[in-house]
Amino acid sequence: MALILLTPLDLFLAAVLVPALALLSFRLSLGIERQLLIAALRTVIQLSLLGLVLKFLFVQSHPLLIASLALFMLLVAGYEVMARQQRRFIGFWGMGIGTLSMFISSFTVTLLALTVIIRAEPWYSVQYLIPLLGMLLGNTMSGIAIALDNLTHNAWRQRHEIEARLLLGHPWDEAIREIRRTALRSGLIPIINAMAAAGVVSLPGMMTGQILAGAPPFEAGKYQILIMLLIAAGTGFGAMAAVWIGSKHLFDERERLRLDRLSPPKA
Amino acid sequence: MSSLTLKQFHSPLLAPFDLHLPAGECTTLSGPSGCGKTRLLRAVADLDPHQGEAWLDEREKQTFSGPEWRRHVGLLSAESAWWSERVGDHFNAIDRDLLTNLDLPIESTEWQISRLSSGERQRLALIRLLTNRPQVLLLDEPTANLDAGNIIKVERLIESWRKKYQTAVLWITHDPAQQKRVGEHRRQIESGRLRKR
Repeated sequence: MALILLTPLDLFLAAVLVPALALLSFRLSLGIERQLLIAALRTVIQLSLLGLVLKFLFVQSHPLLIASLALFMLLVAGYEVMARQQRRFIGFWGMGIGTLSMFISSFTVTLLALTVIIRAEPWYSVQYLIPLLGMLLGNTMSGIAIALDNLTHNAWRQRHEIEARLLLGHPWDEAIREIRRTALRSGLIPIINAMAAAGVVSLPGMMTGQILAGAPPFEAGKYQILIMLLIAAGTGFGAMAAVWIGSKHLFDERERLRLDRLSPPKA
Repeated sequence: MSSLTLKQFHSPLLAPFDLHLPAGECTTLSGPSGCGKTRLLRAVADLDPHQGEAWLDEREKQTFSGPEWRRHVGLLSAESAWWSERVGDHFNAIDRDLLTNLDLPIESTEWQISRLSSGERQRLALIRLLTNRPQVLLLDEPTANLDAGNIIKVERLIESWRKKYQTAVLWITHDPAQQKRVGEHRRQIESGRLRKR
């Protein structure tokens, strides 16, 4: 089974659908057409570039180049987490919390998968490392963004309750315990749902891709199982790290609630 | 015995000031709304960042952790907040005498927060704070939502409490008659300064 190659015309036909949707959105005054078009354009440009970069890296597989690409992906993911926050942490922590938690979770999980499970030769081989890291970053990014947004949103909404507890002498982690729990749960629900629906309702992207590329379906399924489990672990540990660091940073050394460390909500 | 002493204390909207709250005695604090009374209490309870020293008897605030300090220097907010559904969830221990003193039945600990009247909330919040046995009490208009009968009950409770436990009290109130009834000492905020009256 050989891969059927897509021509620019094939992509163009698919691309016509999005402006059509934008036009409809405009007629219905949904106000989302601008965002939609920009996002679609970003997909085309970013994925074409990635294709070119990977093509180059397959030939030039220098560890330093691969590391730079991985770092770049991490920073963009960190930025995306920040951009999805209604109330962001001001300064370094705005991007720092998401980036740090994804570094902790996605990088370690990817490393574990490459060295212990897949045992690629060399372990930093582009063919395995970049797709794996990309899948993990993309998914942990969503989980972390949701969990952090939920944390800061509820801390703001329930600031009087938190302060009432602080005033009674409760330590900070007790005062924010429930809010933390809710935030973690909200970050983990998407991946739990995805795992529950995998194969029954949805055919996951990676498995689809491998089947399209001609891999035997059962082998593709095994890879998908591996990825799903890794994503669940990565998202869980990443969200925990982010919620822990984030909630700690909502309080200062005197255990006062410091909502002034959050920016006002986006308009 | 615990007195509270503030030295060169910076509170928002106010010029730096010194203040001594003697153990077992009550000081009232008044001033136009928005002049920084509530923020002063929040700073003293170390809930807002601020500068200046605060001493509980011979110990400076920084030698306590934040939560320790707030257990000793208890602030009663004008609006009480409740984080759980049932009244009793907010208490470590139930002091029946306190409930009886403020005309609340023992079963009130089973009540739902959402069904409390503002007066019940205020009285229960006071009991919740007193159960901690703070050494200093900072009261932000503790009788604002109460009827005449309950105002007197709260005033009596605070008075007997501070004499029994030698608690220093700082009490925000707008009512001149209440200032006379409850406090030995009076302070007023006038154009950004804390003054004796």
